[in-house]
This record gives sequence, structure tokens and C-alpha cells, in this order.
Amino acid sequence: MISNSVKINRFKDRIFKWYGLLSTTIGVVILFVFLYTIIKEGWDRLNWQFFTSLPSRRPSSAGILVPLLGTFWIMILTTIIAVPIGVAAAIYLEEYGKKDKFASFIEVNIANLAGVPSIIYGLLALEIFVRIMGLGRSLLSGAFTLSLLILPIVIVSTREALKSVPKTIREASYALGATKWKTIWNAVLPSAAGGILTGVILAISRAIGETAPLVVIGAMLYITTIPTHPLDDFSVLPIQIYNWLSRPQKGFIENATAAIIVLLAITFILNGIAIYLRNKWQNKVKW
Amino acid sequence: MPRTELKEKFIEFLLKASAFISIFTTIGILYVLLSESTDFFKEVSIVEFLTDKQWTPLFTEKHYGILPLLSGTLLTSFIAVLIAVPIGLSIAVYLNEYSPKKIRKILKPTLEVLAAIPTVVYGYFALMVVTPFLQLFIPSLSGFNALSPGIVMGIMIIPLVASLSEDALYAIPYSLREASYGMGATKLQTVFRVLIPSASSGIIVSIILAISRAFGETMIVAIAAGQQPNFTFNPLVPIETITTYIVQVSLGDVVQGSIEYKTIYAAGIALFVLTFILNNISYYIRKKYQKYQL
Repeated sequence: MISNSVKINRFKDRIFKWYGLLSTTIGVVILFVFLYTIIKEGWDRLNWQFFTSLPSRRPSSAGILVPLLGTFWIMILTTIIAVPIGVAAAIYLEEYGKKDKFASFIEVNIANLAGVPSIIYGLLALEIFVRIMGLGRSLLSGAFTLSLLILPIVIVSTREALKSVPKTIREASYALGATKWKTIWNAVLPSAAGGILTGVILAISRAIGETAPLVVIGAMLYITTIPTHPLDDFSVLPIQIYNWLSRPQKGFIENATAAIIVLLAITFILNGIAIYLRNKWQNKVKW
Repeated sequence: MPRTELKEKFIEFLLKASAFISIFTTIGILYVLLSESTDFFKEVSIVEFLTDKQWTPLFTEKHYGILPLLSGTLLTSFIAVLIAVPIGLSIAVYLNEYSPKKIRKILKPTLEVLAAIPTVVYGYFALMVVTPFLQLFIPSLSGFNALSPGIVMGIMIIPLVASLSEDALYAIPYSLREASYGMGATKLQTVFRVLIPSASSGIIVSIILAISRAFGETMIVAIAAGQQPNFTFNPLVPIETITTYIVQVSLGDVVQGSIEYKTIYAAGIALFVLTFILNNISYYIRKKYQKYQL
């Protein structure tokens, strides 16, 4: 015989199950509503003229050529700056200084940096890169700023990838007479490459979506020239979107929506590549 | 083999130098924020900064009270956390304890997409989609307000809360669940009386990090909250957060070295101190909890 309270408890359990499913789907539903609205509002604006035009005071003749190229420049420069430094720092922390006090101090420090709001990096960059180093509002200033911002992400994900390489790989290399660095370079890094690459791509995807720190260093100018040199002034897609959103004319809002589609497409492609690599790497390498 | 040894030493030095950059970054942040805001506090007393109820550095009659910006930051963050924590936690419980593997495999990556969307896009949603939608139910809601960016920020933080709480639930050994089921408890009873209490430190960490993230969020509020420093906790009127003020000043032509320029560093240090405290509490709890993990 099942008592009443057991029945009530089982009923509550079932209700909660549905509530849990509902909560989980809410996020997904909102995501699709958002995507639907954007595509509906902005799709028609996406034409050849939009991709190849310079900024303009008339919404219908304005385009995203300058910010789009700026975003690609930033993507490349940030990768060149942040990846070697981040991977090197991670190798040091994971392979060399594992137990010493200095390494654990750096670890706390990195955990802290990862939590610093992005706009604070903008304030740092405004003083150090723009003024003291005299780089001005250039692509290089922007890339340095974003590199500092994503360094903690690169370091943490690289460390995770290095951690997953089993000790036996290292021991096998040592047994063949390889030095520490040769072991890392020839045995550990190739085994961890998939994981490192995934982390790096996700970090870069984060960097190209950032707006606030670049607004602080002054990248919100009206720029009509295509950037051709790392010291040129620049704009990027998120900044162009913010700029258009802050204008009252309806045409500019439509432009912003279309630019959002482009930005989201780049973000999703990068994330897609990262997820693909992660799955491929996880399936292929079974220690 | 002195040459090989020399090379090894040199490489180790390079790697160590790279690790040092993170320390230079921290020193740089502290130096820049402190040096600029020290200049600010020479002209404005710290008492005025903390107690004046008006923030009008860009007007002729200047007031430098951080309270309106602080109330804006707290208000939007409170709304965000109110949305993100219950939903995020429910998602974590559902995915970990209830959902069939197949559903989990689809839903989890889809939710992670929410975390990958740039914040400026969320700002667009708050301004163009959520505010007009809310105005259907709350006619007195102004076009710029704290409610809509707060809700959208909450949606943005859901994946953060969900994944951190899920990790915490996942770390609980299966024997605890079995013991509870063995006593005849339902899943729901097990979740609320065994799992959530055991995972409480991890869940608290996720909540603290969510608050810290909300404090630092910039673009959503810059776009949809109105950039008007009002000392109020009314979610229906325009407000301004600390982060938004920094953006607002950066957009204008403010001369370097002027008091207006220094105010962004004073606002910056207030924000930095708030998030720094929260992040360190969460780091401390996490370290302690890792040590005692079952």
C-alpha cells in the first residue's frame, strides 16, 4: 500500500522534472527568438554594397568595410601577440614551476585577472599603450589591450590541455635521452595541440566581440580610411554596431542589425571550429 | 653538454618571463588606477565621493558622489542575479540529475552558445526587443530603464551559473545519492536535502562570480539603461552604472589631466575594488572546498 505522502512526494518530483526541463528550454527558446528577430530585421540589408562601403552619414549608403577589416586585423594581431605569450606562460606554470611559491602566486594572480571587468583593461590601456607608449588609437593599441584581456583564458585552457597529456609520454621521451625542453616541444606540445587550439580559438572569439575596452581607448571615431598598417586608426564591428545603435534614425538601427548578423556569423564560425576540433581531438586521442 | 644546458636555461627564462607578464598586468592596473585616482582625491574628498547623492562631473555645477552610479550598478546586477541564479541552478540540477543523456547532449552546447554571443548584441536585444515587450505590460516603463538590461544580463549569465553549479553537483560522489535513494527518498528530496547542501560551496562560488560579472558588464547597460545617474532603486526609470559612466566619458572629448578625465579612474577603482573582493572570496571558497572534496 502506498501512503499519501509518498504519492505527494512522487508528484512533486514529477512537477520538478518538468520545471527543470522548462528552465533549460527557456534559454534555448530565448536564443532562437533573438536569432529570429535579428535575421528578420537585418537580412534584407545584407548586400554587396553593405560589405564594400565606407561609413556614411546616410544610413542607406553606409557600409561595414572599415570595421570588418578592423576586426580581421585585430583578430590576427591579437593571435600573434597573445598566443605565444599565453602558451609559454602556461608551459612554465604546468611543466617547470609546478610546486614553487612563485608559480602559485602567479596562479592566484591569473585567477584574479580573469575576473577583472573588461572595461578596466581599457583604462589600463588608455594610460599605458595610448599615452605612455605613444601608440595612439591604433590597431596595435587595440590588439595589445585585447591580448591582455584574453591572456588568462589562453593560459588556463593551455594548462588544461597540458594536464591531460599523460606522464608516460614525458617519461618515454626522457628515456630516449631528450632534454626537458625537447620533451615538451616534440612530445607534449603535439599531444596537447588540439586542446590548446580549441582554447585559443575560443579566446579569439571572445576578443573580437569585445566593445567596452576599445571604446575606452578611443576607437569610436568616424574613420573613413581602410586600415593598412598596425599603427593606423581603426574601428571594429562591435563598435560600429554600438555607434549605429546610439543614433535615432531607423536606417542606422537596420544597419546595426545587419552588422550584428555578420558579427554573430564570425563568432559562431569560430566557436563551431573550436567545438569540432574538441570533439575530433577527444575521439582520436585515447590514452 | 654545456651548450644544450645553456639553451635549456635560456628557454626556461623566456617561459618564466612570459608568466611574469600577468604580474606586470596586475601591477599596471593597480598603478594606473591608483595614480590617476589619487589626483582625483586631491581635489574631491573621499567623504564627498562616498556620501554625496549626486554625480554630475560633466555639468557646470559639479557633484562627485558615487552613490547614484553604485545604486545603478547594484540595481541592474540584482535583477540579473535574480534571473540567472534560479534558472541557472534549475538547469544544473535538471541536466545533472534528471535529463536523459540524449537531451543533455543537445541542450548543453546550445546553452553554451548564449555565453558566446558578444555583449553588444545583448544590448541590442535589451533595447529593441525586451524593452518594447515589457512596455506592453508596464506602460510606465521608460524607453531606457534598469529592468530590461538587468533581465538580459541575467540571461547572459545563465550559462555561467549553470555550468559552475553543474560542476559542483557533478563532483558529489554517487554513493551519497544511492544512500538517499536507499532510504526511499525521491530525486527531488535527494536534490534539495543531500545534493544542494553538499554542493553549497560550489553553488555559492557560482553566485558570487555571477554578481561580479554583472558589476563589470558594460555594453548592455550602456545601450539600454539610459546613461542618467539617478540615485534610485526604481527599475522603471533610466539609470547609469559605474561602467556606463566610463564609456560615456570615453565617447566625449575629455582633455587628459582634467578632473573629468580623472573621474573615470575614480569610478574605475570603485568598480575594481568591488569585483576584486568578490573574486577573491570565490577563489578562497573554491580552494578550501577543493581541499575537502570527498
